[in-house]
Amino acid sequence: MNPTSDIHALSGAFAVDALGDLERAQFEHHLAECAECRAEVASLRETAALLAQSEAEAPPESLRQGVLSGIGQIRPLPPEPPAQPAQPAPAVRTDVRRRRLPQLLAAAAAVVLLAVGAVLWHPWQHDRANVADQVLHAPDAVTITEKLPGGAGEITLVRSVALGKAVMIADDVPQPPAGKTYQMWLQQPGQPMVSAGLMPDPKEPAVLSGDASTASAAAVSVEPSGGSAHPSADVVAVFPLKPT
Amino acid sequence: MSHLRPVPDDPSPEEGGSLPARLAELLKRAARGDEKAFAEWYDATAARAFGLAVRVLRDRAQAEEVTQESYLDCWRHAARFDPAKGSAMSWLLTIVHRKAVDRVRASEASFRRDAAYGLRDAGVAHDETAESATASIEAHRVRAALADLTRKQREAVELAFLGGYTHTEVATMLDLPVGTAKTRIRDGLIRLRDALGVGEVGTA
Ligand SMILES: [Zn+2]
Repeated sequence: MNPTSDIHALSGAFAVDALGDLERAQFEHHLAECAECRAEVASLRETAALLAQSEAEAPPESLRQGVLSGIGQIRPLPPEPPAQPAQPAPAVRTDVRRRRLPQLLAAAAAVVLLAVGAVLWHPWQHDRANVADQVLHAPDAVTITEKLPGGAGEITLVRSVALGKAVMIADDVPQPPAGKTYQMWLQQPGQPMVSAGLMPDPKEPAVLSGDASTASAAAVSVEPSGGSAHPSADVVAVFPLKPT
Repeated sequence: MSHLRPVPDDPSPEEGGSLPARLAELLKRAARGDEKAFAEWYDATAARAFGLAVRVLRDRAQAEEVTQESYLDCWRHAARFDPAKGSAMSWLLTIVHRKAVDRVRASEASFRRDAAYGLRDAGVAHDETAESATASIEAHRVRAALADLTRKQREAVELAFLGGYTHTEVATMLDLPVGTAKTRIRDGLIRLRDALGVGEVGTA
């Protein structure tokens, strides 16, 4: 099955809000470019609205009063401007999506270099960017790529045992939903997963904290903004690592 | 299909008759700040909105909050409602459903809800005193269409939409391989849509 047909198949679950946060964000991105799915979602929502009918139940009068006194204090928004400029982001991302790994790594390295040049006001990024660059260019660097569920892009893990460090590079992975972040995890043999830091922006390569040379696995999950102590059920990628 | 049905003078909501047109018109007036029009719109839609919130949340107090938030959102965004992209009822219920589901997933309410919820509940008959005779006929039609789905399709659609579960949760609950529940949900909804004669919408 190709990923394109996979993503169309999410239309029904999306129409009834039955997607997890990540798939929801990813499908919304898809909707912006797929008229077929937009039409299908609209028709399935109409259908679902009919299902709700058998659940109808008169609300208490207090609710009516609450609503009607509430609107008195809210100014209705004006209509949306007729031709809203289409999001420019997808075009850029399509560009990146087509590239295969070697170019991707080169691109990532370029991003890292750009970041180094542009982060005078974020001095803390300087070290991390250097580490990422070193890992990506390490002679013993090994890469593993995992696809995210539902065709939500993929994440490549680059590990250098010699440096004891690993870097994650996301390709075509949607931004995390509002209030959420991607969080990286490392597992030492026989131990539970331990946080290896956040990946708040999937467009930036992220260096994992912790000793990557001895780890037996790495993972990525979707967590509330500040990160979690343990991975939630929403793990989107797991990278088995060879023992060294 | 409308000529087959026994109440010809009150067209059903999904067939472009007077009700959807009236609801869309009320919303248009509300967008210009007409509170009376909004009150009328509320009266015509609130039982459905509230009933759906209660069904998903299984908690009347929370359902009231979600319903109120949804109506205030509708008032604020009334100018952005586009009748070419779907009915006003569907627009409202989409907002209510999303809020109810987000709330249920964000809170430990899902724990309490699981305890109170049995699969058998899914098709249970509800108090229909709030509904007009026409609505009852519509509800009957919907139930007939639902009965026409395969059992797994029906369960998947009901657990997802009325239960507020994700397709992954639905797969676990129905002992389906992960990834097949979303297909069941979609196939079920498409079959319902076609059985109920829901027309093309949202092609814009
Ligand atoms: Zn599509």
